[in-house]
Amino acid sequence: MKINMSYGSGGIQTSNLIHDIFLKNFDNKVLNKLEDSAVLQVKEKIAYTTDSFVVTPLFFNGGDIGKLAVCGTVNDLTMMGAIPRYLTAGFIIEEGTELDTIDRIAHSMALAAKEAKVKIVAGDTKVIEGNSGVYINTSGIGEIAQNGVSISNCHKGDVILLSGNLGEHHAAIMSNRMGIQNSINSDCAPLISILDNLIKQQIKVRFMRDVTRGGLATVLNEIVSGSSCGVKIDETSIPVSNEVKGFCDILGLDPLYMANEGKMIAVVPQNQAEKALAAIRNSKYGKNAAIIGRITEGNNVTMITALKGNRTIDILYGEGLPRIC
Amino acid sequence: MKTLQQVKDELKNYKGDPIKIMEVCGTHTSSIFKNGIRSLLSPNIQLISGPGCPVCVTSSVYIDRLVEYACKEKHCVLTFGDMMKVKGNQYSLTEAKAIGGNVRILYSPLSAIKIALEEPDTQFIFAAVGFETTTPIYAIIIEEMIKNNINNLKLLTSLKTILPALTFICENEERIDAFLCPGHVSVITGSSVYKELAKKYQKPFVVAGFEGEHILAAVYEIVHQITNHKGNLKNMYSSAVSEEGNRKAQEIVDKYFESANDYWREIGIINKSAMRLKEEYRVFDAGSEFHEYTEQSPKGCRCRDVILGRIHPVDCPLFKTVCTPMNAIGPCMVSTEGACGIWYKNRE
Repeated sequence: MKINMSYGSGGIQTSNLIHDIFLKNFDNKVLNKLEDSAVLQVKEKIAYTTDSFVVTPLFFNGGDIGKLAVCGTVNDLTMMGAIPRYLTAGFIIEEGTELDTIDRIAHSMALAAKEAKVKIVAGDTKVIEGNSGVYINTSGIGEIAQNGVSISNCHKGDVILLSGNLGEHHAAIMSNRMGIQNSINSDCAPLISILDNLIKQQIKVRFMRDVTRGGLATVLNEIVSGSSCGVKIDETSIPVSNEVKGFCDILGLDPLYMANEGKMIAVVPQNQAEKALAAIRNSKYGKNAAIIGRITEGNNVTMITALKGNRTIDILYGEGLPRIC
Repeated sequence: MKTLQQVKDELKNYKGDPIKIMEVCGTHTSSIFKNGIRSLLSPNIQLISGPGCPVCVTSSVYIDRLVEYACKEKHCVLTFGDMMKVKGNQYSLTEAKAIGGNVRILYSPLSAIKIALEEPDTQFIFAAVGFETTTPIYAIIIEEMIKNNINNLKLLTSLKTILPALTFICENEERIDAFLCPGHVSVITGSSVYKELAKKYQKPFVVAGFEGEHILAAVYEIVHQITNHKGNLKNMYSSAVSEEGNRKAQEIVDKYFESANDYWREIGIINKSAMRLKEEYRVFDAGSEFHEYTEQSPKGCRCRDVILGRIHPVDCPLFKTVCTPMNAIGPCMVSTEGACGIWYKNRE
């Protein structure tokens, strides 16, 4: 059965959509009340964020727009040292979308929310004219567990860790769009276990950021502009799977600029670097973590290439790949 | 046999006469930056980016015609992303799209066939831009169109051939001492096409692959030849490039295309430097022959000198001041393979 404009009317079909799909999948006490707002109690200072998701195709190797919508917001909270607690979800659905598609997306969101230990406590649905597109906005609240995580805390001598292989989300989406068969899966994942382990090991994390659109190159340049320091990385230390490497060689892509949805960097004091590396490697999505470089003096990002040449790494200009997350 | 370290040491410590090497292929330019090759060479060895970016040398009149099609009722222009931002005399395709033009970005050329089959009421115009590397793919598209009886897809071609451009540079630019020949193009054409140029101009023509080591080895070969007063063709990418090239690709191109004179943006007309659909297949052509090229270079823009290897992008007064990837004035800044764009991103 397909969604038509009457599903957005606020009448019986809207109600059916909410009950049969959203309540069924997101099921929790706060949401089930169906009040105008969710009323929530938190103990700590909160982090609060929002993100919108417009990826095509809706389903791809390793994930879908629903998983992305939960993980994206969960990770934004996590990167501020917050434990994610509550999410809201707003859906803009184009007419012609199969109800089953919405159900699959909601189910996937529920699974991701369960893994990330967050509840989806409020939502909204709108139906617009179009042709089977689905767009999701999520917002999220997390309780701060690690204070003082900020880009301005990066100091000369600090060490930069990357949680795993680059480029997998980008390569998975591209493979899907180009009809290329391979085993590359999107890395889309919630990164809370990495934060948990860093806290447990009492690492004084200066700064964390998830490496999404614009890739590692863009995040490292953000450090430069946000901290008044330079960054130096070593090409040979940056983890990229052989399959993504091959994919990049064929299509002329650079993993440094490719989007990820389950990778992060952490900047830590030099004397805690090895301990932090072990903590990340012991986490669910961190087994390929590596120390990739340092915060230095200067005002740009440089890389020692595999041939021991110097390369300046700038931010991404232009579009990259459109509608990737 | 020298080790990589010995090659690097010799290139870094080279103190002979200054050598200017032109890399003709945008992918080489990109790899040179990615691998930090310049930082590994003596200041006496200069690498200069040549006219190897198809987007950069496509005329603005060609873009105008695409824009015209995009804005025409029941028409749709299919293109690769790189072409979107290149300015015609009035609009780019991005701007045409914003004013209601119908433009779609393709990720794979053959998807044009699928799109045309799915939407029979739309007339699709494929912006067929490229060098020898991509022309065989357009030939395959024509073959598929004939096979599937597709009559709502046409090509607007700006398909260039690199050898006439190299000949033009050899004739007009004495300061270039050697050429790093394009790896991908050579896979199709074969290495032998450079033999006559090397012989006539007594300059090294070295075919190289795209890994950093490949490029270093090719530069080393060039320096070695020049030091020994030689100027030969050498194929150092023999794993992919044969002497005669890819015969099958050449045959399919010859079946549908013939060579024609063409206009290169910022350079002018170069004889026999394009591939255009043969008379009997013109029914698939969307009017690729242009009789007039009214082009005005943006004031102060020195893309011509960049493309011809006379200056580095940094020597253009607009570079980084007015002309940036966000506000590209000349075509070399627009394309991901354009020398100015590559230099800007790598902050040389």
